[in-house]
Amino acid sequence: MIELHCVQVTYPGGVALQDLSLTVAAGQMLVLVGESGSGKTTTLKLVNRRVDPTSGTVLVDGRNVATVDAIALRRSVGTVFQRFGLFPHMTVAENVGLLPRLMGCSAADIHARVNTLLEMVGLAPQVFGDRFPAELSGGQQQRVGVARALAPRPRILLMDEPFGALDPVTREGLATQVRQLHVDLGLTTVLVTHDMTEALLMGDQVAVMHAGVLLQLGTPAQLLHAPSSDRVRALLETPRLQVERLGRLVSGAA
Amino acid sequence: MSASLSEQLEHLPEYMGAHMLLCGVALLLGLCISLPMALLVVRRPRAAAVVLGSAGVIQTIPSLALLALMVPLLKSFGFLPALVALVLYSMLPILRNTVTGISQVDPNLTEAANALGLTPGQMLRLVEIPLALPIIVAGVRTSAVWVVGIATLSTPVGQTSLGNYIFGGLQTRNWTAVMVGCVLAAALALLIDLLLALAERGARLRRPMHTVLGLGALVVVLVTGSLWPHLATSRPPDTRQVVAPQTSAGAASQSAPVTSVRVGAKTFTEQYILAALMERHLRAAGLVVTRADSLGSTVAFDALCRSEIDVYVDYSGTLWANAMKRQDKAPPWKVLAELAGWLADRHGVRLLGALGFENAYALAMRRDRATQLGIATVQDLTHHAPLLAVGSDYEFFQRPEWRTLQQTYGLAFRETVSFDSTFMYPAVVENKVDIITAFSSDGRIAAYDLVVLDDPRHAFPPYDAVVLLSPRVATDAAVVGALQEMLGRIDVAHMRQANLMVDRDDDKWTPDQAAGWLDEQTRRP
Ligand SMILES: Nc1ncnc2c1ncn2[C@@H]1O[C@H](COP(=O)(O)OP(=O)(O)OP(=O)(O)O)[C@@H](O)[C@H]1O
Ligand SMILES: [Mg+2]
Repeated sequence: MIELHCVQVTYPGGVALQDLSLTVAAGQMLVLVGESGSGKTTTLKLVNRRVDPTSGTVLVDGRNVATVDAIALRRSVGTVFQRFGLFPHMTVAENVGLLPRLMGCSAADIHARVNTLLEMVGLAPQVFGDRFPAELSGGQQQRVGVARALAPRPRILLMDEPFGALDPVTREGLATQVRQLHVDLGLTTVLVTHDMTEALLMGDQVAVMHAGVLLQLGTPAQLLHAPSSDRVRALLETPRLQVERLGRLVSGAA
Repeated sequence: MSASLSEQLEHLPEYMGAHMLLCGVALLLGLCISLPMALLVVRRPRAAAVVLGSAGVIQTIPSLALLALMVPLLKSFGFLPALVALVLYSMLPILRNTVTGISQVDPNLTEAANALGLTPGQMLRLVEIPLALPIIVAGVRTSAVWVVGIATLSTPVGQTSLGNYIFGGLQTRNWTAVMVGCVLAAALALLIDLLLALAERGARLRRPMHTVLGLGALVVVLVTGSLWPHLATSRPPDTRQVVAPQTSAGAASQSAPVTSVRVGAKTFTEQYILAALMERHLRAAGLVVTRADSLGSTVAFDALCRSEIDVYVDYSGTLWANAMKRQDKAPPWKVLAELAGWLADRHGVRLLGALGFENAYALAMRRDRATQLGIATVQDLTHHAPLLAVGSDYEFFQRPEWRTLQQTYGLAFRETVSFDSTFMYPAVVENKVDIITAFSSDGRIAAYDLVVLDDPRHAFPPYDAVVLLSPRVATDAAVVGALQEMLGRIDVAHMRQANLMVDRDDDKWTPDQAAGWLDEQTRRP
């Protein structure tokens, strides 16, 4: 469970988040949307203490993150990045096994864990384990990114535009798989995306942000049927139009 | 050519060994200081700027000057000042490449490492250093190549190195020696560079064998190289470390007789010959002799005062003007007497006596040019000077004698040009300059048919060649006895002939051979 209470974040350049309060219940997936610079990444960073709030409190599983060790906190929260962030000088197996190794697991345990994780994200360990990231496609690299994030058995998963750099087909496949993992592993997940359709299809809750302010927080259905402002309505216009056109195409062809 | 090549290669173990020891230790220390320092400042841009800036400033000091500065700064001579200068020189490329290499690591990766929960130390060790490794090693390689090259300049501060080939060869016009020195230094630099590259490639491509092979070979090469002089001992063991200076000369020589003597020589032919001659006499008396060749002029004197070398030949006028800082004129006997007293009182140095010849600074010009201008004495130059260019060695224009000469005769030359003394003679012969400050015992005055101008007002002091003893050996019976045999025995004609044998282009003799000839000519019957 993640709770933000009246959080404000001020960077030297100005206010990035203003009076932000939201809760992600255990096992839920929250999707953050909003235009560039609206504060989505900053919100993610609050959860594993990569940014400290200027005021307000951040609670993870009931504990104020300001009072816990940042390194331990980050290891208990998995993170997936838009540009994968795989270490190019380490093999796939070494990337995935890095945190278990740093946390003192035995070589045998690491090996077994790496194999399980790679299979979990749909990569054959014998084929991919000894490859370097440069020897993988983008989709494969992000699968490794997900496996690495899950390696220390986190209860929380943070994903910042994880599919942004992938083609639509790969993206669709991986998104489905991530949603499945989220459910299977009982994770509490916060996902950032620019794709409104993706947000509506994946999130239990969707948060729409604008210029550091939370415009609306609700289920996809609430957003679709009761947008709180014109801005939110405008954002939902794109998927709605897409659905209508596709619907016409489908019925016309039938 | 091949005979003189094999002559040169006789010195290889000694010179190469000393060179490798110096470079190996300097690189190791440079690495041990620069790497941690770079890692310390890499996350502090302001500290990094200060550290890199300081290392950059050191780099702008000409290397020979930096080496020379270390002698008075460290009040020491030989290995230590050379080492410190080289370590300082080695730092910039390692510091700069480490700092830039690490700060150029993709920020997405450091961001990822941070978010995954790596501590700053783990991030450095597991992510930043491995990714910056090729750049860091490139810095180490640059530094190694510099150090090997610059180490040749440590010869004038009293540290044996491959520079002994180059400096000695330059002074004695022995181009084979110069070539040998250059080629060997270049080959050593290339070898070290190659082995480091191999090690780095191995680390990058995950071939641990390559890394082990590269680093292993490097260590083996440097260690065996450094031990070479001690392995190939047909010659007596050469104590590379400078003999510890004795605080009280009198007490030391009374309590324990001296068994080994270090003979110094400045950077010109006559000095090499006389050092070789003294070595012969000392060896004949059963003493172990080591040599420190190609020392800068004041380096030699300072080293003697501290008993870091024990004996060398200097010239009374040089000491009178430069060490005693006297401007007044005095007859030769008085200069010698006052000098002996001053050296003993101020430095505990013993002026054992004069060898019998003078090696004076003297203005010389081409005979035809002198006749054409009607010049026979320095006095005659006064009117012509504004049209003439004068050439000299590196030090003369800095010396008090030059000022005295100009004032005494009211000389204002059109131009002054500094040369290595080897190139001074060809310069005047080829009319590149009109006048040079020749040395009166130099065989080349006669060989090139130059006219030496009279000095009617005695602007130049007398320059009797004198043997100086360090405080440590000043009263040692064996040393004194061995060298006393030489006093008053060498006249200027013999010295000129010996110098010419080494300096001439055909039928060149080595300084050792010329010393043998001089010994035969001047021994008491
Ligand atoms: N380290 C920082 N220092 C100063 N300002 C920052 C920093 N990081 C973000 N900001 C500013 O804070 C605001 C929010 O940034 P944030 O990265 O959270 O936006 P975002 O919603 O993730 O945008 P995008 O969709 O482009 O990734 C922006 O105005 C940004 O310029
Ligand atoms: Mg962002």
